[in-house]
This record gives sequence, structure tokens and C-alpha cells, in this order.
Amino acid sequence: MRIIVCVKQVPDIEESNVVGLDSETGVIIREDVPAILNPLDTFAVEEAVALKEKHGGEVIVVTMGPHQAEDALITCLSMGADQAFLLSDQAFAGADTIATAYALSCAIRKVGDFDLVFCGQQSLDGETGQVGPMLAENLHVPQITYVKKIDIVDKQIVAHRELEDMYELVQCHMPLLMTVVKGINVPRVPTYSELGEAMEKDIPVWGPEDLEAEESRLGLSGSPTRVTRVWTPESTSAGTVFEGDPTDIADQTAEILIELLED
Amino acid sequence: MDIQVVREMCTGCGECEQACPFGQIAVVDQKAKILDSCVSCGACRDVCQPGAIDLSPFLDNENPSPDAYRDIFVFAELREGELRECSLELLGEGRRLADKLHQELAAVVFGDDPSGLCRPLISHGADRVYMVDDANLGFYRTETYTALLTAIVTRYRPSILLLSATTTGRDLAPRLAARLGTGLTADCTSLEIEEETGVLLQNLPAWGGKMMAEIKTPDHRPQMATVRPHVMRKQEPDPDREGEVIEIPVQINPRGIPVKRLKVVKEEQPTTSIEQAEIVVAGGRGLQGPEQFAIIEELADVLGAAVGASRAAVDEGWTSHLCQVGQTGKTVRPKIYVACGISGAIQHCIGMEGSGTIVAINKDREAPIMRIADYALVGDLFQIVPALIQAVRTKRRRN
Ligand SMILES: Cc1cc2nc3c(=O)[nH]c(=O)nc-3n(C[C@H](O)[C@H](O)[C@H](O)COP(=O)(O)OP(=O)(O)OC[C@H]3O[C@@H](n4cnc5c(N)ncnc54)[C@H](O)[C@@H]3O)c2cc1C
Ligand SMILES: Nc1ncnc2c1ncn2[C@@H]1O[C@H](COP(=O)(O)O)[C@@H](O)[C@H]1O
Repeated sequence: MRIIVCVKQVPDIEESNVVGLDSETGVIIREDVPAILNPLDTFAVEEAVALKEKHGGEVIVVTMGPHQAEDALITCLSMGADQAFLLSDQAFAGADTIATAYALSCAIRKVGDFDLVFCGQQSLDGETGQVGPMLAENLHVPQITYVKKIDIVDKQIVAHRELEDMYELVQCHMPLLMTVVKGINVPRVPTYSELGEAMEKDIPVWGPEDLEAEESRLGLSGSPTRVTRVWTPESTSAGTVFEGDPTDIADQTAEILIELLED
Repeated sequence: MDIQVVREMCTGCGECEQACPFGQIAVVDQKAKILDSCVSCGACRDVCQPGAIDLSPFLDNENPSPDAYRDIFVFAELREGELRECSLELLGEGRRLADKLHQELAAVVFGDDPSGLCRPLISHGADRVYMVDDANLGFYRTETYTALLTAIVTRYRPSILLLSATTTGRDLAPRLAARLGTGLTADCTSLEIEEETGVLLQNLPAWGGKMMAEIKTPDHRPQMATVRPHVMRKQEPDPDREGEVIEIPVQINPRGIPVKRLKVVKEEQPTTSIEQAEIVVAGGRGLQGPEQFAIIEELADVLGAAVGASRAAVDEGWTSHLCQVGQTGKTVRPKIYVACGISGAIQHCIGMEGSGTIVAINKDREAPIMRIADYALVGDLFQIVPALIQAVRTKRRRN
């Protein structure tokens, strides 16, 4: 089986207190913020590697991002991916989800035939979850989103798709694209020696010519959406603040709660 | 024409002819031929094994001027044949925006006999309803719904298309946006119209909720957005409102749907379902351990509340995942939400910010939860919560 996983390197928002958006340009300020492999993408990598171990084949990871994004690919290689490609060029900069999905689809065409493509449910910084379905459309393959369990039965994919308060069991032929949710597996933690080996591997860097992509559909110029303004939401509480003696606070609050409940 | 058949690749198998919901493809002399009323929905492309259907001319078709598009369309989602609350909210918001633009609001509904839903869609604000009725539309399927919405957009050219940010909306909207080659903004929490240009301003939390961002789709149409449920207000239904119903005839062949549903399984609900509860008491990592989490249960008990939790508390194993509130948990809208030792990460707030009154107990007055709280109680929860349990008991007894 040939499995492609799309991963993204993201700023570690939870670890950083810095405000990470340039209020002039709306562009994310990535300096000073540690960058990590998008946590939800580790589930996609783990699932791909586990399927490979069970059914044979190879796992190829692809990312589009700045040069440092290579670190995210090294993490994937150390988890058991066989090959990694980095899409990096000024032409890709400023891409929204449409332009990202376009670039990724060109890269996957270059990588060649595949049985499965995996994406994470969403990225920590973009939080859209749009790239997966857009990529499936560009690749002309079916999609299954929010997948929390995968089996292969008679060469068909049988997947649990998590919905708001139920899940559906669905079946589809390959090739197809799936986005996986947290909890589908427990991502392995690579050892130092696995990490060391991964760092030895060669990671080709591709630009627009390598992808035979139309430049007008890449990066900012290929993006239909524009971030026009960013601002910090009101930081002071609009509500009432109680502090001081815990018993006083509790008394006043109990009063309010009981009144509200009797309304 | 927007769709083309690459003749050298076509094997004349006829799958596309059967899959076309509009009967606009025919196999003539062993080759597929696209007929004159094709609306470029793409259903043929999804079933063409040899890849002989080329949709790209449609994408490259430099968008006609934005002026060629008008009106706001809302995709109405069903759950077990009923309209979902979030779709009514979307109509309320769509109505407000349409009035601002002096344009019309249309609802789009697909289903297995959805005709009874047209009336409520109109009373909740729609001027028009585009209805597609087919036995194969009883539940959401990516490919069919994408093809039908593509057809509706190419034929009627709405300027704005809104969907709910549910598992359905978030599966459908990006696939559709990619097919149409237009922009899409995810999970908006407020929408406005720019005065000078009439362009849709799409606002959403960014950077883990620490910032807000405004996004526009200046040149592409329709301007597409998914909107977070429970944020917009629905309109009071007006049974006298008038509207037009336009039925779009189709014939859907289930063979053209690659992802087959084998079954659906409802998840078990906890005894007091937190989604229905009037009051929810929720605990987070600030509780520090499973034994201490018991004081949350005790407070819930004296208040007659359901127990909720942040993901941190669930991940630690202090309580059941069925209690988890937030992006990957439940969305709750109780009259009162009491958050104890929860920082208020955006992923948590998404699930509870629609609550009537929010009470937060936290020792850090700068915690994000304190910003959205109506009552921000600054202090140690191990002192405040027991005192609160005591105070509620005493006052209850006295009344
Ligand atoms: C894709 C994704 C989905 C997610 N989905 C969800 C979700 O559905 N629901 C969810 O909740 N989270 C979700 N999260 C996680 C979320 O980002 C936060 O990590 C989580 O909500 C934090 O939980 P917490 O507030 O309990 O813990 P913390 O952030 O650690 O906060 C603990 C708080 O308790 C306070 N505290 C500590 N001790 C005391 C004391 N003695 N007295 C008073 N206050 C005290 C602290 O000041 C702090 O504010 C998701 C994350 C991701 C990336
Ligand atoms: N720049 C990128 N390079 C590779 N994969 C990406 C990129 N951006 C997003 N993805 C994939 O798409 C998923 C959803 O991302 P998003 O739409 O940004 O929330 C991620 O979990 C990744 O699998």
C-alpha cells in the first residue's frame, strides 16, 4: 500500500503567551514561538505507519512550509515514515486553504499513485480542517472526515466516522482521503536512535517548477481569501469580579445562583 | 461549456450517464456526450474511472464579475428529517445580512421528502426555498450534496453562501469551495457587511482564541463561510411570511455514491444529559486529582446540576468523556455554567459560551475564562467551592 500523509508544522500556541499575529499584515509571527508537528497530525502519521506495518507498503509525508518545517518531517520519519518531501519557496507564501490544497495536490501527483491520503482533523493555528476535503476534491478521490477507526476488509476501507452524537460506519474503495480525529490511536514516541536515523535521511525540497504548478494558483496570489484585520478581544472581564474572603464570595454567589434558578 | 469529456480516455462505459442527477450526459457512439443543460455539478467526474471527465475548464473560467452574483443562500441541515437548530440560526443571521444588502435570502434543503420543511424555512426568514427531493438524500453524503450545491450555485449565482460549522458543514463546504474555486472561511462567530463595497466581513477567533481576525473574499463568488452553531440568533417564526418554493428535479443513482453507509450507532448518553441540563458545574485541571473532583460532583448535586469537565480533566481520567465540554466534546447552553479550575482555552469555550450566566472560579484573574464570565470569582477553589456548597445548603434550608 502506498500511503501519503500531509502534515503541518505549527507554532506551539499553548506553550506561548506571545501574541503571534502581526496586527498590520495579519501574518502569523513565527519567531519566538516554538514550532511543533501539528499535534493532530501525529495521529495521521501513526495510523499510516500502523497500516503499513500490518499490510505492507510505504508511507510518504509531505509538508508545505518554511525551511524549518523540515523538523516536522524529521519527526514523522522517526515515527516510521519512509520518505518525506518539503514544499518550500517564496511562491508558496501566504497561502490560504485553497492555495495550500492546490500545492499539495500538485505534489501528490508528482509523488505518483497512492492508495490512501491522510490529513489531520485540523491544524492548531489555522483550525479550519478545510485542507483535507479540498485536497480530496483536487485529487478527484472520495473523502471520509472525522475518522476514529479504520479497518481494511476485502481491499475496501471500513471506517468509523465520528459525528456530533453518533458515529457512522462507512465503506469505500481505495484510493481515497481520510482525516482522522484525536484518539484514533496512541502515537508512538520515537527513541533517540530513531530520531538520529531520521536526521540522516535526505529530504528533497520542491519549488513550483518541480510541481509543474501554475504560479497564479499558489501562495497569496492563488488565495481567494484575505485576512484584512486582526485585533485582540477585550481583555477585561465584562462581568462582576468577586475577590477576597472565600466565605463572602461564596455567600454572594449562592444568593445569585438561587435567584437565577428560581426565575 | 464548463465540463469536457477527454474523448481519447473515454471508454463509453456509461457510468457517468447513470450518475448524472440532471440527465445531461448521454453515451453516443461509444463516447460520453455532455448535453446542453449541463450545470457542471461534477457528479460524472466522481464516477469516471478512466478520469476522462475534465472539470478544470470550469475552475479556470476566471470568475465572472462579482456583480453577476447576488442574494444570500443558506444551506439548511437536517437531522433525522428535522431542521437543525443551527440552520434556523443561520437563517436569522442571513435575514439580517440580506436586509442590509437589500437582497433576498434563500434556503437550500435536500432530503427524502423535505417538502414539509419549506414552510418553517420561510417563516424563519427565507424568501425562497430551493428544494431537492430524492429517496437517496435522506442523510448527508459528500459527493451527492457537493454536486447538487454546485449545480445550484452555478445556476443561481448567490453572492454569499453560508453553512453551519457542524461535521456535515465542515465536510461539505471545503469540498464545494474547491470545486467552485472560491474562498471559504471556517467557523465564523460574527458576520457583517462592509458599507462601501457590500463585501462580507467574516470574523473568527484566531491563534487559539487570543486574537480575532477579519477575513474577506474580495474577488471570488460566492463568498463562502461556515458559521459556528449556537452563536447567531434565530428569528421568531412568522407564520404569515410569504416565500416561494422552487423544486429542482433530479434523479440520484446510489451507485454514484462511493462512500456507503453501513450503519449508524448512537453514543450512549450520561444519566443527566449535560446538553439538556439547566445548570452545569464543570471542573478542570485546577482540581488536581480524582478525589478532589468529587467536590464538583457535590456542588452539582446541591444545585441539581449536571457535571461537566474540560478536556484536561477527562484526559487525566478524573471523569467520563461524556462530560467533556468543548470542541471535541459537548456543546452546552445551560441557564448557568459554573467553571471551576478551568482556564478557558478556546476549545473549551466553544462548547459553553452560549450559556446564560457564566460563573468562573479561578485563582488567576487573568485566565481567559474570567473574561467571558458574568461572575469572576478570584481565589482558591478548594476554599470557595466547599463554602459555596455550604452557603447554598443553608440558604435553601432557610427559604
Ligand atoms: C483540537 C483540540 C480540541 C480540543 N477540544 C477540547 C474540548 O472539547 N474541551 C476542552 O475543555 N478542551 C479541549 N482542548 C484542550 C484545550 O485547549 C485546553 O488544553 C483544556 O481545555 C485545558 O483544560 P483546563 O482549563 O482544565 O486546564 P488548564 O488550562 O491547565 O487550566 C487550569 C486552570 O485552573 C486554575 N487553577 C488551578 N488551581 C486552582 C485552584 N486551587 N483554585 C482555583 N483555580 C485553580 C488555573 O489558574 C488554570 O486557569 C482541545 C485542544 C485541541 C488542540
Ligand atoms: N501547509 C501544509 N502542509 C501539509 N499539510 C497541511 C498543511 N496545512 C494543512 N495541512 C493538512 O490539513 C489538515 C487540516 O489543516 P487546516 O485546514 O489548516 O486546519 C492538517 O491537519 C494537515 O494534515
